Amino acid sequence: MTIKKNITMALAGNPNAGKTTLFNKLTGARQHVGNYPGITVDYKEGHFTHEDQKISITDLPGTYSLTAYSVEEIVSRDFITNNRPDVVINIVDASNLERNLYLTTQFLEMGVPLIIALNMVDVAKDRGIEVHYEKLAELLGVHVVPIIARSGEGTKELIKQAIEVSRSEKIWCPKDISYGEDLDEVLMEIVSIISDSSFLVKTYPPHYTAIKYLEHDDQILTLGQAADPIVAKKLEEIVGNISDHVLKTMDVYPESMIADHRYGFIKSILRQGVLSHKFDIDRLYTSDKIDKVLTNRLMGPVVMLLILFGLYQFTFSWSELPVSWMESFFGWLGGVADTTLPEGPVKSMLISGVIDGVGGVLGFVPLIMFMFFGIAVLEDSGYLARVAFMMDRIFRIFGLHGSSVMPFIVSGGIAGGCAVPGVMATRTLRSPKERMATLLTVPFMNCGAKVPVLVLLIGAFFTDHQALYMFLFTMLAWLVALVVAKFLRITVLKGEATPFVMELPPYRFPTLRGLLIHTWERTWQYIKKAGTVILGISIILWALMTYPGLPESQQDTFEAKRTMISQSYPESIRTELLSYNQETGELSQKGKELKAALTIIDQEESGAGLRYSIAGKIGTFLEPVSSLAGFDWRTNIALLGGFAAKEVIISTLGTAYSMGEVKVDASDSLGERLVRDPHWNGVVAVAVLIFIMFYAPCFVTVVCIAKEAGSWKWAFFSMAFNTAFAFFAAFAVFQIGSMLG
Amino acid sequence: MVEVNLRLMKKNQSGTIKAVKVSGELGRRIREMGLVPGTEITIQGRAPLYDPVAMRVMGGTLTLRNNEADHIIVEVSEEG
Repeated sequence: MTIKKNITMALAGNPNAGKTTLFNKLTGARQHVGNYPGITVDYKEGHFTHEDQKISITDLPGTYSLTAYSVEEIVSRDFITNNRPDVVINIVDASNLERNLYLTTQFLEMGVPLIIALNMVDVAKDRGIEVHYEKLAELLGVHVVPIIARSGEGTKELIKQAIEVSRSEKIWCPKDISYGEDLDEVLMEIVSIISDSSFLVKTYPPHYTAIKYLEHDDQILTLGQAADPIVAKKLEEIVGNISDHVLKTMDVYPESMIADHRYGFIKSILRQGVLSHKFDIDRLYTSDKIDKVLTNRLMGPVVMLLILFGLYQFTFSWSELPVSWMESFFGWLGGVADTTLPEGPVKSMLISGVIDGVGGVLGFVPLIMFMFFGIAVLEDSGYLARVAFMMDRIFRIFGLHGSSVMPFIVSGGIAGGCAVPGVMATRTLRSPKERMATLLTVPFMNCGAKVPVLVLLIGAFFTDHQALYMFLFTMLAWLVALVVAKFLRITVLKGEATPFVMELPPYRFPTLRGLLIHTWERTWQYIKKAGTVILGISIILWALMTYPGLPESQQDTFEAKRTMISQSYPESIRTELLSYNQETGELSQKGKELKAALTIIDQEESGAGLRYSIAGKIGTFLEPVSSLAGFDWRTNIALLGGFAAKEVIISTLGTAYSMGEVKVDASDSLGERLVRDPHWNGVVAVAVLIFIMFYAPCFVTVVCIAKEAGSWKWAFFSMAFNTAFAFFAAFAVFQIGSMLG
Repeated sequence: MVEVNLRLMKKNQSGTIKAVKVSGELGRRIREMGLVPGTEITIQGRAPLYDPVAMRVMGGTLTLRNNEADHIIVEVSEEG
């Protein structure tokens, strides 16, 4: 026998059956994550060699079935029918054999070259379940290899046998399963029609097509109509007749009968000596005992709050140090650029556009790594499913899913999160519409960058009730997010709730290796995808705030002012200031005065420059509209800058009010300034706060939304919708507030 | 032997599924998880707000919302 150059394998199985563990064990680090075009279901491909045989293996999404209802399922079966892997490795959980074999029966119906990896035989053994795998192999007619994916036991043998299977017959031979007399008869009739007319036979075996017709599978029906409308119509008629018949006589649909008989087939096989139980089947396992506490109706929510708060603490406190390293690194880099590069637009662009932009992206990296690590722990241990179970009732009211709670918390459900990891955390949701609604509403939460703005304005205008207002604004964020989610679910994301039918997997200790691979995979995706786009947008924003720059006449005016002030001081003070640097020591009293006076002029100049820039012009241009909500042109520029990152709002407000660089911790003076400004009062402050909380998310979040939603359409929707919503809310607050005085 | 709606079953009550009266996506999801006639289930508990319900099925735990459980008829040994 000649050795094939490369064997292709596909790995399929139920979620929680240990698919990813096996995949990681087989391929190690030699894998890459990709996306199917247009949708966000990941597939992973890896390569390895077994005794000089090169093998590529694709990890298909975990599914319970092969219907056409979810993207995961369509992706899995399309991969198998279109790519025709040499062998499909079906991983099944030995401790939960009956349900896992449901997917297996569907592979048997397709007739793909199959091998079963009977995983977690150790767990099954602990539970007193013994699977006689030789018997199972004999009854199913496929190879069965017992393995323990966690430790790697049995995987060598698995691959050896999988290679054998891949080298044998290339023709798919579907297995006949009985679906009851009525259906079997019709099935034979359909199969003969399909075979006679070569209907879809290039892609699917006739037997499989026949079953899918009986199941009323949308994808196959559409394909059938496109391929041969006459045969398709004939088949649909036959199926229609039998549907009516079984519905009348037995009160079921053919698809239900097929599912029932698949399980009947499985049960009959298991009954023929495949399984032996040492203990009572209903015995409570350790996992169930843990659940008695963790999902207890009283204790459960308390423990959940503690765990979620712990995750939050872990993500945001522990990542503080690496985040500050990142910040100081980019600060240092900016400083180096500042001292080494010649003055000019290139320098300005490198510092304010490139370094700040890239720094902005990479600054999130530690945060994202910590959050994904935390979520991976909750996910791999099985706790996340319990959170969904406990929270579902509340979130369902708003058209969301129990699993939505995690993204909301991470995004700032407890004030101070971040929408970027929040948006990425929506990946744990399996229901597409609920996921999209979550994705679009998490940016309403008060993330860590909005908090300083809140603190500044609340501190300035509501000095006596700071804590109360902070609390109210946090609650308001939740309320708005949930109500908007509901609104989206009855408008653009209209549709039935995705069935909740969900498995609570047994608690398991996550493996460190699994956690690290998980974390790194997702973090890298963020860096790679977000990085490029964000750099571009960051440069554009920089340009908007910088160009066209002050006309020379005005620059000259400022220069003249500077000269005039300098001239009013003695020569010695001027030279002192020129040779001054921070390390060498103190300035004299006069020197300080001059320095302060010059700084004020610099600030006035940058304020004037900002007004003269494109952003400033946009701000001024928008003033007639924005003044309806109480915003003047200065606030408009700050809000525009807030699109880059919400923390920019404070510094831009500072510049716009000619106060130069304003640090968050030294923002009191800006607050005082705003209080004294005739444009501002309590009502304006609330209107601005409301707007800042709810308008377009920062562009890092927008880019993430585009990536996670699979299209830029949703990212633009998020920007436009949120801004419109925020404006109307601010408008209402300002108008009503002003009327009430 | 009495037939009851799954929603009405009490904690720790066991029974055998008699019928699943729903088709379409929900029907398929319910069936693919093994909730088919003949399967034995035991109610394990309910979420804090009494919904969804968790049950033991074939050695594993499944959860369902109450309005999804409505479609499932279970045969139990006695009422209560």
